[in-house]
Amino acid sequence: MELLIVFAVVLAVAAFVGAPLRTRARGLDPDAGLRAELADLEAAKEAKYHEIRDAELDRRTGKLSDEDHRALDAELRAEAVALLKKLDAVRARLAAAQEADGPAPGGEAATPSPPVG
Amino acid sequence: MATVGRALLIVAFAVALYGVGASLYGAFAGGRAWVDSGRRAVYALAGVLTGAFAIMEVAFLRSDFSFNVVATHSSTTTPTFYKATAAWSSQEGSLLLWVWLLSVWSSLALALTRRRVREVAPVATAVLMTFAGFFLMLTIFWANPFETLAAVPQEGTGLNPLLRHPAMMFHPPMLYSGYTLFSIPFAFAIGALVTRRLNAEWIVSTRRFALAAWLCLGVGIVLGARWSYTELGWGGYWAWDPVENASLLPWLTGTAFIHSIMIQERRGMLKVWNASLVLATGTLAILGTFLVRSGILDSIHAFGASTLGVPFLILIGAMVLGSVGLVVSRRAELRTEHRIDSLLSREAVFLAQNVILVALAFVVWWGTFFPLISEAVTGTRASVGPPWFDKYTVPLAFVLVALSGIGPLVPWRRLTLASVRRGFVLPAVVGGVVALALLLVPGAWSQPKAAAFAGVVGFVVASVVQELWRGMRARQSSAQESAPVALAGIVRRNRRRYGGYVVHAGFATLLLGVAVSSSFQHAKDVSLKPGQSARVGGYDIRYVRATSHAGSEKISLGAVLDVSKGGKHVATLRTTRGFYPSQDVTQGIVGRFFGGESESEVGLQAGFGRDVWTVIDPDIAPLEPIIQQGNDTFRRAMTGILARGGGRQQLAQLYALRDVAVTAVARRFVTRPWAADFRFIVSPLATWIWIGAIVTFLGGLIALWPAPATARRRVTAGYAARVARELARTTQ
Repeated sequence: MELLIVFAVVLAVAAFVGAPLRTRARGLDPDAGLRAELADLEAAKEAKYHEIRDAELDRRTGKLSDEDHRALDAELRAEAVALLKKLDAVRARLAAAQEADGPAPGGEAATPSPPVG
Repeated sequence: MATVGRALLIVAFAVALYGVGASLYGAFAGGRAWVDSGRRAVYALAGVLTGAFAIMEVAFLRSDFSFNVVATHSSTTTPTFYKATAAWSSQEGSLLLWVWLLSVWSSLALALTRRRVREVAPVATAVLMTFAGFFLMLTIFWANPFETLAAVPQEGTGLNPLLRHPAMMFHPPMLYSGYTLFSIPFAFAIGALVTRRLNAEWIVSTRRFALAAWLCLGVGIVLGARWSYTELGWGGYWAWDPVENASLLPWLTGTAFIHSIMIQERRGMLKVWNASLVLATGTLAILGTFLVRSGILDSIHAFGASTLGVPFLILIGAMVLGSVGLVVSRRAELRTEHRIDSLLSREAVFLAQNVILVALAFVVWWGTFFPLISEAVTGTRASVGPPWFDKYTVPLAFVLVALSGIGPLVPWRRLTLASVRRGFVLPAVVGGVVALALLLVPGAWSQPKAAAFAGVVGFVVASVVQELWRGMRARQSSAQESAPVALAGIVRRNRRRYGGYVVHAGFATLLLGVAVSSSFQHAKDVSLKPGQSARVGGYDIRYVRATSHAGSEKISLGAVLDVSKGGKHVATLRTTRGFYPSQDVTQGIVGRFFGGESESEVGLQAGFGRDVWTVIDPDIAPLEPIIQQGNDTFRRAMTGILARGGGRQQLAQLYALRDVAVTAVARRFVTRPWAADFRFIVSPLATWIWIGAIVTFLGGLIALWPAPATARRRVTAGYAARVARELARTTQ
């Protein structure tokens, strides 16, 4: 009985762990570098939005004067704009690369999911 | 089922090795299918280890003494609650708990990040599986929880009495959760360094795990302190014990990391610092595990001498060398993107706070390892005690608490004189008033440092309350909501910020409890007979009567005490000393019931103003003649029965008589009482340590809890639209 249990566990583990190797013959992603760059920029964009929002909260709670907030907000928005421009450029490069490569591995879209944090 | 347990450990070990290989092969040569297979190996590992852990737990609950670990750490008389927790009172069981928790948290981390950090995750998976493989190797070859006994005993030796405390149900799992959760940011940091993906994404993906690790480890540390306060019978909650310190080290560096990653997320700064901090935290978590298990330093919390030291040292050595090598080799990619705009900014406060936390960690590390350092240098093992730790940690903690109040008042990037006026005046006034008020308390002049510290805590709490108030008012004016709804709304939408503020207030309160209860504590060791009194810290404590109780699990000798102040009754305290039976037959048929391990039940009257704490240490020497007489009588009776070939019934009658005799011996402590030793302690504000801890962890939970998806989307969409308009304007 004990041997049967162990045997069943080994079979189940092997089937579960080996499933991706049987069902998806996916090789290396040639655009992995671009995708990672895109994800980094998305994370930086989210952080920048967060910073803009924090600055506004700082103004509303009196930590920043209207004048200081205007200067800081303009600075932050300029940084956000620069990030968006970089994002557009990377997206364009990724789209071009995907067109050249054919369908993306696993049918993935060019735009990664937004960060959870 | 021990065979199944052993086999599951071997299957788990094979799965861990496969996970390392598949993930690395997938990352560098084989593609996503291998990476996915490697990730599934982590899930499979969690499943297999859940099965193994369940087998061990069932063995404990069923008192299956064919398992060596059950026979040596439990007994049929151990209450069910403690049978379940006895699993991790052993070296073997706790190692299995460690690796099981690692597999569960790793599965959660990899499931949540499966569509992100795609380059980093496979290397992180390999690192996590390496840890799992290491601990599984220990459980298979060094400390196997499924080892069986050839001769199964009728009864087990029982759980160490000191571990029979409710906090012990949660203390080790919380500590191990903290340690194993810190492995996750460590593993992702290694992944980011190896793949050179060193921007914010890996931090965004794992920061919640760092916060969860900080929370779990903190809860574990506080539960350990509570156990020490209410169980160990010395009246303290922190003794700078090596194992306590070992858990504090990663908590301190982890606290620093949680703050400094915010600067990297926002400004792309402190990349070397953050990478070093998280790698140090992960390594210190393993170091803490090593200290508990190696027996290299003396500690009440350690498992004693073992042979696990060498494998741990090899792992720690590899972690340190690998971490240093990776950070040095990636220094070009770790270059900072910006510089701090002003030394008067939140970034600068965070940096200063980081320096203090790391300095604290260094002090604790040096003091903890001083016995080994001194032995290596001078050949003599010398250790440093609490006064040495206090000398360095108290001023550092003072500055740390002050910074935790300053931080919330300072905006990012720069601070102006006008915002100093707006933010600092009220908290500073409150802090000053609190310090002065404390100095008005009789006797407080003798402890000016404690009064100053109370002032700083007042400043911190006032700054946090002010921030919550201002946030609530701002929301009220914009959303036309009632005060409670506006407060809940502002916290809900800014959980990280306000959760952090609550943590600051709670932590400052906790340290206030520590500072005041230790500075103004009154303690007295006295020997009293029933009817006699002692005076401690203005309280009269009278030994009313002795108590005794003989149960199947232990014999308790105790006291009922009346506490009064100025002739007015304050509390009735009950304290006992429990004596557990020894398995050593040479102590005699009656004597063995008084000759085993013992533990204290403290008498505690906790209050917002002060705790009155007491413990009894009854001297059982006066019972020895009658115990010896009982031993002789029952030995003769037993010999007689066996010589006559007496049956089971006669033996059962003899054992019943023995139980009556043991009860009667214990009863003499009540009928003919003699002097008993007591320790009395009156500690002002000690309860605020636990209140502060609860507030701290509540704040941690607020910060940890994910923001509602709808709110997040709305906020992101709003700012995206604003910035998009800006973008359109700049590109026109």
